Amino acid sequence: MDFFDRFAVPHPSFAIYASMAAIGLTIIAVIAGLTYFKKWGYLWREWLTTVDHKRIGIMYLLSALLMLFRGGVDAIMMRAQLAVPDNTLLDAQHYNEIFTTHGIVMILFMAMPFIMFFMNFVVPLQIGARDVAFPRLNALSFWLFFMGAMLFNISFVVGGSPDAGWTSYFPLAGTEFSASVGNNYYMIAIQIAGIGTLMTGINFITTILKMRAPGMTLMKMPMFTWSALIANVIIVFAFPVLAVLLAMGTLDRQFGTNFFAMDNGGMDMLWANIFWVWGHPEVYILILPAFGIYSEVISTFARRNLYGYTSMVGSMVIISLLSFLVWAHHFFTMGQGAFTNSIFSITTMAIAVPTGVKIFNWLLTLRKGKIVFTTPMLYSMLFIPLFTLGGVTGVMLAMSAADYQYHNTMFLVAHFHNVIIPGVVYAMLAGLHYYWPKMFGFMLNERIGKWTAWLLSIGFVLAFMPMYISGLDGQARRMYTYSESAGFGPMNMVSFVGAAIMAIGFVLIVYNIYYSTRYESRDISNDPWDARTLEWATHTPVPEYNFAILPDVRTNEAYWDAKKNGHVLFKGEFEKIHMPNNSGIPFIMSCIFFVWGFSFIFSLWIPVILTTIGIFACMALRSFEQDHGRYISVKEIEETETNLRGA
Amino acid sequence: MHKKGTKWAIYSVIFTIITVLTGCEPLLVLDPKGPQAARQASDILLSIGIMSVIVIVVFALLVYMLVKYRASKQRADYEPPHIEGNLWVEVIMVGIPVLIVAFLSYVSVQSNYIVEATPKGYEDKEPLVVYASSSNWKWHFSYPEEGIETVNYLYIPTDRALEFKLYSYGPITSFWIPQLGGQKYAMADMVTTLHLAADVPGEFMGRNANFSGKGFAENTFNVTAMSQEEFDDWVKEVKETAKPITEKKFEDLLEPGHLGQQTYTGTHLDFSPPPTGHNHTEESSETHEKESHTDSHAGHESMNH
Repeated sequence: MDFFDRFAVPHPSFAIYASMAAIGLTIIAVIAGLTYFKKWGYLWREWLTTVDHKRIGIMYLLSALLMLFRGGVDAIMMRAQLAVPDNTLLDAQHYNEIFTTHGIVMILFMAMPFIMFFMNFVVPLQIGARDVAFPRLNALSFWLFFMGAMLFNISFVVGGSPDAGWTSYFPLAGTEFSASVGNNYYMIAIQIAGIGTLMTGINFITTILKMRAPGMTLMKMPMFTWSALIANVIIVFAFPVLAVLLAMGTLDRQFGTNFFAMDNGGMDMLWANIFWVWGHPEVYILILPAFGIYSEVISTFARRNLYGYTSMVGSMVIISLLSFLVWAHHFFTMGQGAFTNSIFSITTMAIAVPTGVKIFNWLLTLRKGKIVFTTPMLYSMLFIPLFTLGGVTGVMLAMSAADYQYHNTMFLVAHFHNVIIPGVVYAMLAGLHYYWPKMFGFMLNERIGKWTAWLLSIGFVLAFMPMYISGLDGQARRMYTYSESAGFGPMNMVSFVGAAIMAIGFVLIVYNIYYSTRYESRDISNDPWDARTLEWATHTPVPEYNFAILPDVRTNEAYWDAKKNGHVLFKGEFEKIHMPNNSGIPFIMSCIFFVWGFSFIFSLWIPVILTTIGIFACMALRSFEQDHGRYISVKEIEETETNLRGA
Repeated sequence: MHKKGTKWAIYSVIFTIITVLTGCEPLLVLDPKGPQAARQASDILLSIGIMSVIVIVVFALLVYMLVKYRASKQRADYEPPHIEGNLWVEVIMVGIPVLIVAFLSYVSVQSNYIVEATPKGYEDKEPLVVYASSSNWKWHFSYPEEGIETVNYLYIPTDRALEFKLYSYGPITSFWIPQLGGQKYAMADMVTTLHLAADVPGEFMGRNANFSGKGFAENTFNVTAMSQEEFDDWVKEVKETAKPITEKKFEDLLEPGHLGQQTYTGTHLDFSPPPTGHNHTEESSETHEKESHTDSHAGHESMNH
C-alpha cells in the first residue's frame, strides 16, 4: 500500500474529487467518441503525426484555450475566496495551490502556446515560406509542450499540486517546507515544456533568417515577423537559464544537493536571482509578439502603413537587450543596498522609453487613417489606454525606494495583470478574431466579439483597479484570507464582481466560436479584412504548401503593394514542391517523455531508466532514418489551385 | 518656496481624490508615521502626479485620433496617405520620456540612499537595535541592549532611529510596517538591515509580506510606538515580571504554528546567533564568530526533524 500512497492527493477536497471524476469522464468520452465515429486513423494521420506549421499552430491554439479555462477557474476561485473577510470557501493549502497553478498555467501553458500559435500559423505565411525550417522539430516542440502541460495538470489529482507560488522560491519550495511531490511536478513538467520552447526558438530564428521570400530583406519584414524574431532570440538566451535552474531545483529536491538550502552554504536568494534572469525576459517573450499583432491589426484597420517602422524595430531590439538587465527589480527588498538598487531602478525605467515610442507610433498610425472598428481593432483600441495604465504603474514600481512599499502587495498584482491582460491577452483575442477566417474559412461573429471585448474590459477595470488601492492600504498578495478589521472587504468584493464579469466574457468567446461555426457565412474572400501582408495573399483555406509560387516582395506591405500599386506577387510557372513527410516520432517521443517525467516526479528510477533509453532510441531512429521528404507534382498543384480559386 | 507650495498643492489634490475614493480612511502607505514612510509616500504621490499627466496625454491623443479619423467621418473615396515617419516627431517621442525618466531616476536614486541610511533628523541619537527574526509563522524580536525578547509584538520608542537586523529561521519572509516604512527580506543565510523611525506614538500594523506557506496570512505582529520614558518603563517591567528565554524554550517557539504575544528576559542571540552570511554580506555582525553559522541552524534543525 505504501507504494500507492504517494499518488494520493495530500489535501483532498470535494473540488479535487469532482475534478478527478470530470477528467475521467472526459477521457472516456473522448475515447468513446473517437471509436464510435471511427476517427482514430484521421486523428493519427492528420494531427498527431502532422509536421504542417498551420496544423501545429491550431493545436497550440486549442491547448491555449483549454488552459485559459483551467487558469481562469483558479482565478475565479481565488477571487471568490477573497470576496469577503474570513471566508472559508478554501483553506490555506488549497488557496496556495490554486494561486501557484494559476500563475504557471496562465504564463507557461496559456500565454506561451497562444504566442506559439501565432508564430506557427502566421510567420511562415507572412514571410512567404512553405513551412518552418525544421518541420519535424516543430512537431516535437509542440508535443513536448503539450506533454509538459498535461503532466503539470495531473498534479491536481495525482500526488498534489505545487504550492510555493509560480516563482517557487526556495527554501519554501524545498523538501524541508514542501515535502509532497507538488514541486517535483513544477521542476519536471516545466522542464519538459521548456525544452520544447527552446527548440521553437532555434527553429523560428532559422526560419525567419533563412526562408524569407525573394526580395524580403530584414527591413521589409512585416512587424509581427520582426517581433517573433526578437522574441525567439530572447527565448534562445533565456530558456537555457530556466533549464539549468530547474535542474538545480530538481537536484536539491530529489538528490540532496544544497544549492538553495538553508544549510551547508546554500543560498536561498540564488533561486530568486536565477529565476528572474529567465523570468523577466520571459514577459518580453510574451509581450513583443503581442505588440507585433497590434501593429498588424492597427495598421490594417487604420487603412494605413505602420508609422515609424524603423523606430518600431529599434525599440523592440532595445527592449530585448534591456530585458536581461532588470531582473533585480523583482526583489529590490533583498538588501543588496542603495547602489545596486539604483542601477536596476534606472535600467527598469529606461524600458519605458522604447515602450512609449511604440505607443506613440500606434497613435500616429491612426492619424490621417480611415479607422474601421472591427473586433480586433476594438481590442487594440482598448489595449492602448489600459496598457498605458499598466505601463505607468510599472514606472512607479521601478522607483526602488517606493517599491519597498509596493513589493509583495496587491499593487504589484494589479500592475502585472494590468500589463499582461490588456497587453498579451487582448492581443491574443484580437489575433484570434483576425486570423480565424484564414484558419477556418469563416469569420467570428462581430457583434458577439465586440460585446466580449467590452465585457472583458469592464470586468478588467473592476477586478484590478481596486487592487492598486488595497495594495496601498497594506494588503499583501497571496494571503488566503484577511480579517474584517483590515478593511479590505469592499475592494475585494468589487474585484470579485469584476472577475465574474470577465468570466462571462470568456464564456462568450466559446459561445462565439459555437455560434459562428453554425451560422456564419462560408462565402468569404481570401482577404476579408482588406489587409496588407502576405498571409492574406494566399487562398483560404491555405493549401498545405502555402504558396504555389513563392511571392516576390518589394516593400514591407507586399500584398498591399500588389493590391494598390499593381506589383506582381506571383511570377513564373508552377514547379514541383518539396514538402516534408509526416512523422509519428515526435508524438511517440513526447509520450515517452511524459512517462519519463511522471516516473521522475515520483522517483521511480527503473521506469526513468527505461524511458531514457526510449528517448535516445527515438533520437537514434531519426538520425539513421532515410527520409528526404516528398514532392507535390505540378499536376496536383494545378488541381488544388483551380479548386481553391473556384471556391 | 513658491514651487514647493504648488508641489504640495498637487499632492493634496491627488491625496484627496484617493481618500475620497476609498471611503475617507487614509491608505496605510499614504498615511506615514515616520520619516522613511514619509519619503516613500512623497515619491509615490510625485510619481502618481507625473504619470497622471502621461496617461491624460495618451488618452487625449487616442480619443482625438479615434474621433477625427473614423471611417464614418471620411469621404468614401478617401485613401489614407503613406507616411514613413519623421525624425523630429521621433526625437520628441524619445526626448520627453527620457527627460521624465531621468528626473524620476534622480529622485529614485536619492531616495534609495535616504531609505538605506539612518532616518533624517535622528542621526544625533544612538539608534535602537532590534533583531527581528521570523520562524513559521511568527516574529521574534530581540532587544540585545535591553536584554529582553518578545514574540509577535514590538514596542518602540518614538523620536529615535530604529535599526532592525532581519533574518529567518525558515523560508524567506519580508518584514513590513507600512506606516513606518517599506519592507525588507529576512533570509536564512544572512542578516539584512532596515532603518526605520516613528515620529509619533501610536499602534501600527506589521506583517510578513512575503509568502511563506500555510500560515502566511496570519503572520502579523502589532507595533506600539511610545515615548522613550514609557519605553524604558516597559523594559523595566518586563525585566521584573517575565521569565528568561532558554535554549529549550526557544526551540519550542520555533515549532511551526501560530503563537500569541509573549515576553521573555534575555535574548536568543546568545545561544542561537544570527547567520553570518557568505562572507560578502553587508555589516554581518562582528560580535559573532564564523562558526556561529552552523550553530544558528541548531534551532531549525530541531524544528524539522
